[in-house]
Amino acid sequence: MSVLIFIDQSDGHVKKSSLEAITYGADIAKQLGIAAEGIVLGTVSDDLTALGKYGISKIHQVNNNALDHVDAQLYAKIIAEAVTLSGAKILVFSHNQTGKAVAARVAARLKAGIVSGACALPDTSNGFVVKKTVFSGKAFANISILSDIKVISLNPNSYQTIAGEGIATIADLNITVAPSRIKVTAINKVSGEIPLTEADIVVSGGRGLKGPENWGILLDLAKELGAATACSRPVGDAHWRPHHEHVGQTGVQVAPNLYIAIGISGAIQHLAGVNRSKVIVVINKDAEAPFFKAADYGIVGDAFEVVPQLTAAIKKMKASV
Amino acid sequence: MKILVCISKTPDTTAKIAFTDGNTKFDEANVQWIINPYDEWYSLVRAIELKEKDAAVSIHLITVGNADSEPIIRKALALGGDEAIRVNSNSNDAYFIATQIASIANEGGYDLIFTGKETIDYNGSSIGGMIAELTDAPFISLATKFELVGTTATITREIDGGEEVADVILPLVVSCQKGVAEQRIPNMRGIMAARTKPLKVVEPTDADTLSSIISFELPPAKAGVKLVAADNVSELVRLLHEEAKAI
Ligand SMILES: Cc1cc2nc3c(=O)[nH]c(=O)nc-3n(C[C@H](O)[C@H](O)[C@H](O)COP(=O)(O)OP(=O)(O)OC[C@H]3O[C@@H](n4cnc5c(N)ncnc54)[C@H](O)[C@@H]3O)c2cc1C
Ligand SMILES: Nc1ncnc2c1ncn2[C@@H]1O[C@H](COP(=O)(O)O)[C@@H](O)[C@H]1O
Repeated sequence: MSVLIFIDQSDGHVKKSSLEAITYGADIAKQLGIAAEGIVLGTVSDDLTALGKYGISKIHQVNNNALDHVDAQLYAKIIAEAVTLSGAKILVFSHNQTGKAVAARVAARLKAGIVSGACALPDTSNGFVVKKTVFSGKAFANISILSDIKVISLNPNSYQTIAGEGIATIADLNITVAPSRIKVTAINKVSGEIPLTEADIVVSGGRGLKGPENWGILLDLAKELGAATACSRPVGDAHWRPHHEHVGQTGVQVAPNLYIAIGISGAIQHLAGVNRSKVIVVINKDAEAPFFKAADYGIVGDAFEVVPQLTAAIKKMKASV
Repeated sequence: MKILVCISKTPDTTAKIAFTDGNTKFDEANVQWIINPYDEWYSLVRAIELKEKDAAVSIHLITVGNADSEPIIRKALALGGDEAIRVNSNSNDAYFIATQIASIANEGGYDLIFTGKETIDYNGSSIGGMIAELTDAPFISLATKFELVGTTATITREIDGGEEVADVILPLVVSCQKGVAEQRIPNMRGIMAARTKPLKVVEPTDADTLSSIISFELPPAKAGVKLVAADNVSELVRLLHEEAKAI
């Protein structure tokens, strides 16, 4: 019996959200007194043995470049086989893009109950109950998984990674990979940008910025902070910003350590995508903007004056520490 | 060419989130039900567009829900589906729901199955992948563009830090999000036509329930906003650095 953690990689690098999943899975294993192992698919350039410091002893790898693109069908088949081979009873994914494609598919294949979007360790005192966010972050549900094998996918940015000591052994999994029915013809990565769902800090703008030509002040602030950029839905709809930046109930859901909202009113549908952020800062010229009710810090003022000053003050602070 | 569009019902996006029965049930009093936005705005509209281009396309809608789901499925028919199936069950378990849809999909011989990216109430992002597994079809998740030429679909999907374009030969399951289509409003003709479109109610097939909701919790209330004067931004920087430890 063990916990098996799916280690997600892109371009050969292990994702930050996977380190969270590994720490989380290793903590479940500790709680139950069982082993924690990982599985990685495709070719990886990172040193996988170093992942031992997050609490796993062994990593199964299918080192085959046919798996460098996510094909949920192939992935599910291989992961399910690895579960059977390793005797794992608990399977952990990150609830990132790959997890959203693969985790439920594996669960259906193994006839395992799934909790996706988990945000805390399971309660194993009476059954197996996992807490997850529901209603787009407006509430939590405690879900009991009733099957023998259990699948959990963990919300990114909701579990602290802890690096200790340890080296993992790598075991080549000898599984034949069927040809993919998905033919990837192009990959467009927004180079240099920080993926929104993995970012520690997100700087986001709304209709209060008046037009795309005014985004410079926001981009400067984001650059100074090493932050990803986001926007409200009307801003995406008006093509002031690319649609993948739209956060909220019907856009991307983010949970960074810091979310800075500039010229966004804070409509309930917007909050639904950002309310899992640890710290929220709101800059809005209207003191009555609903966003202030959901904020930790706020400035009532004109973004065009406040934001450049904020960027300068951060630069100054960084220079002094 | 047959398309199956999965339609789920969710509380209106402004609904008050509250719980009853000792926090074990979602409080449905005064809740306005809507079609899950991902199903309505993106997957259903894209299916309708495919039919507008090619009259040989037929669109079937499916929902797993109790009688409360009827207005939702009628609205979806008004937007443009040809016929609808309601599986009469109120289950919340993804495996149970997906098994129902897959069993109808396997019988119906669909070329294409659309789901939304996730439901905005339980946020599972699970049903699409499960249907694909249970029907042994490829699955493309988080699609932002969908084009079809003959039996080859060209799909753009969101990946970590960007997007990926891929060709897949039907049959196929796709979960849709923003970008795939633009929201539409049903017109009077559609609403009238929907009244006479077939809506079949079937009882669920046997399937296991692999999870159950034990209880709900609301997040702790925020302590209240700390306001900093607009001419004192360095104080905000100090607070974010020293107090919140966020920068
Ligand atoms: C079903 C549904 C789903 C939706 N999903 C989403 C979603 O996912 N995400 C989303 O964002 N929205 C969503 N919406 C839309 C949402 O209801 C709001 O309309 C939207 O969030 C408002 O965007 P905004 O705050 O940028 O614009 P506005 O509401 O117009 O707010 C602009 C703000 O900028 C402030 N401002 C103006 N000038 C300045 C200045 N110079 N300096 C500082 N502040 C200034 C104003 O005081 C105001 O508060 C959804 C709506 C529906 C019905
Ligand atoms: N009860 C249901 N009946 C029909 N389709 C559903 C149901 N629940 C979910 N779906 C579909 O699956 C998608 C993802 O839902 P979920 O996996 O629950 O987040 C939704 O957008 C719907 O398209």
